[in-house]
Amino acid sequence: MSQDDVPQEGLFFDMLRNRRVELEISRRYEDGEMRCPVHLSVGQEAISAGVCRAMKVGDQLVSTHRAHAHYLSKGGDLKRMLAEFHGKATGCCGGRGGSMHIFDRDAGMLLSLPIVASSIPVAVGAALAMKQAQTHSVAVVIFGDAAVEEGVFHEATNFAALKQLPVVFVCENNLFSVYTHLNDRQPDLPLQRLGAAHGIRSLTADGNDVEAVYRLTTEAFERARAGGGPSLLVFDTYRWLEHCGPGYDNDIGYRTEEEFQVWKARDPIERTRQKLFALGLLDEGSEAGLNAQIDQEIAEAFDFALESPLPTSSEFQIYA
Amino acid sequence: MISAAEAIREATEQCLSADDRVYMMGQGVADPKGVFGTTLGLAQRFGSERVFETPVAENGMTGVAIGSALMGRRPIMVHQRVDFAMLALEQLLNNGAKMHFVTNGEHKVPLVVRLIIGRGWGQGPEHSQVLETVFASAPGLKVIMPSTPYDAKGMLIAAVEDDNPVIILEHRWLHAVIGHVPQEMYRAPLSGQNRMRVGDDVTIVASSFAVLEAMEAADLMAECGVQADLFDLRAVRPLDLTAIFESVRRTGRLIVVDTGWKMFGLGAEIVAQVTEQGFQHLRAPPIRLGLPDYPTPSSRGLVGAFYPSSQGVVEAVGRLSPEWIPRLRPAIDTIQTRRAKLPVDAPNPAFRGPF
Ligand SMILES: Cc1ncc(C[n+]2csc(CCOP(=O)(O)OP(=O)(O)O)c2C)c(N)n1
Ligand SMILES: [Mg+2]
Repeated sequence: MSQDDVPQEGLFFDMLRNRRVELEISRRYEDGEMRCPVHLSVGQEAISAGVCRAMKVGDQLVSTHRAHAHYLSKGGDLKRMLAEFHGKATGCCGGRGGSMHIFDRDAGMLLSLPIVASSIPVAVGAALAMKQAQTHSVAVVIFGDAAVEEGVFHEATNFAALKQLPVVFVCENNLFSVYTHLNDRQPDLPLQRLGAAHGIRSLTADGNDVEAVYRLTTEAFERARAGGGPSLLVFDTYRWLEHCGPGYDNDIGYRTEEEFQVWKARDPIERTRQKLFALGLLDEGSEAGLNAQIDQEIAEAFDFALESPLPTSSEFQIYA
Repeated sequence: MISAAEAIREATEQCLSADDRVYMMGQGVADPKGVFGTTLGLAQRFGSERVFETPVAENGMTGVAIGSALMGRRPIMVHQRVDFAMLALEQLLNNGAKMHFVTNGEHKVPLVVRLIIGRGWGQGPEHSQVLETVFASAPGLKVIMPSTPYDAKGMLIAAVEDDNPVIILEHRWLHAVIGHVPQEMYRAPLSGQNRMRVGDDVTIVASSFAVLEAMEAADLMAECGVQADLFDLRAVRPLDLTAIFESVRRTGRLIVVDTGWKMFGLGAEIVAQVTEQGFQHLRAPPIRLGLPDYPTPSSRGLVGAFYPSSQGVVEAVGRLSPEWIPRLRPAIDTIQTRRAKLPVDAPNPAFRGPF
């Protein structure tokens, strides 16, 4: 892939938009209008942007409790997402799901699930359907570093490899499961070995380098589309804010301020920003324009969410 | 006077001190939040051999717990939500519940599994279930649902000392309830009910968080001259309903209030047993209250109608005895005035999430 094939500005815009959305959710959380848990992706933007920009119409994305950025990068509707967090009838699940169940057929967001690893076999099932229907689409499942500890990860990757399904497993390794470090949960080995053990092509790249993420995923998607089977991609990154909720929590004892500062210095957005400045693709004026454009979209989406009605229907669809 | 969360912590600490075969594991037991405060400080005091974090691997770790229990260890497992323990059902229902039976009484599984149940805020369908009947339906498991700080401590100690797998369903909104809890290491029985209020007009059987709702209803109805005989179910399996049979013989009226789904709920079993045993004593068809037949919605616009409330209990009493309806009006008015000041989706007005 040549330098020109990477949509630098689009990737930057995606990351910037996700950052500003998440920070605004964080800022407004204490208003008590978003009455559900929120798992923010601040610091992890390169993965959602890099992976989702490489996806095509018809491809399906499956995500976890930490789904906001994935959904927005996949072309999700900010208004419907925020409306869901506000419990409104106009939300992407009509207020049934809250922040941990983002779904949007139009955007190719098959589902997101709050039970760790629960979504992984579902993505494999989507890939099975694609293979059966010969659509040449790809199913992509993004999950955290804890998900590989569940049996179902191994069951699903084994089957995907066996049937050479068009599925790409993306592990967003932010080193933590809630407050528990990877070293307290797994022996010290590269995570990509877990895929290799199941006969799956497994690769890794810097999860804070959006271009590297984009290149690796594009290549994995092309291979899957061409019938080359599944891949496991492991991207190391770091969550800046608390596991669940709006604030920083480096002071409560499970990680250090120093560790956070090391990762903050690798801010994926700042890195790309500097690159774009150097390439002459961004300057202070155009950057201010982007920020203003994003902030206006965010303000309008919050207004939409706040003004939308609460659902009142007692007619629930339990059966099809 | 301490909270149920502190009572659970104290019980665990005493069990870990009293018997070095006892150990505790789970996601979050050694982290800074300590499972809603119920395990705080224990890893520091007892060390990482006795109190430790696990991988996110519920079924595997439950099998590990069972294997160690067969070898004489006494594990306490903790899950932050019952929903996560669904992954562990295979081990619990197949191995945990059956090892004693299948080995003709030779093996014992002295395992305790603490499961946190019930509503949070906006948690939606996969983070707020109760699922008590999943466990209640399995012979070989013991299943308890403490509702008071006294029972939270005493039943946990009894569970750890019991030689069977004991499932403890702890409602998260009960963790904050304050009550009298003796300091010593006491046991509360793992079967039988607590009689919370005494009366001759109507028998009410409630479990877990629903006990709080039923108590509010019973106290307000008492002011209106209707006396409820109110039982906290406490123990789901084994289920000894002798005291309830006696009560219904006197009152002729029965209401059951579940924290979980009404359909196929605990109330169904209780009503069935009461009906089989003393149909002739019933003056009106029994009433079951519980969650309606759909999953927990996230939105505050939808949860109001979802949970059984004290008002629902008073109204049910009115349906059993329509002549009491005018008399019960003040009770309903009081409840409505109180509830108008409370958020519909949080345990108290100060609650700010995010869990
Ligand atoms: C089966 C199951 N067990 C436990 C949990 C509780 N839980 C919610 S998020 C989370 C952390 C998962 O960590 P990871 O997969 O690395 O994702 P991250 O939050 O870091 O993005 C845990 C343990 C759950 N949701 N489901
Ligand atoms: Mg993680």
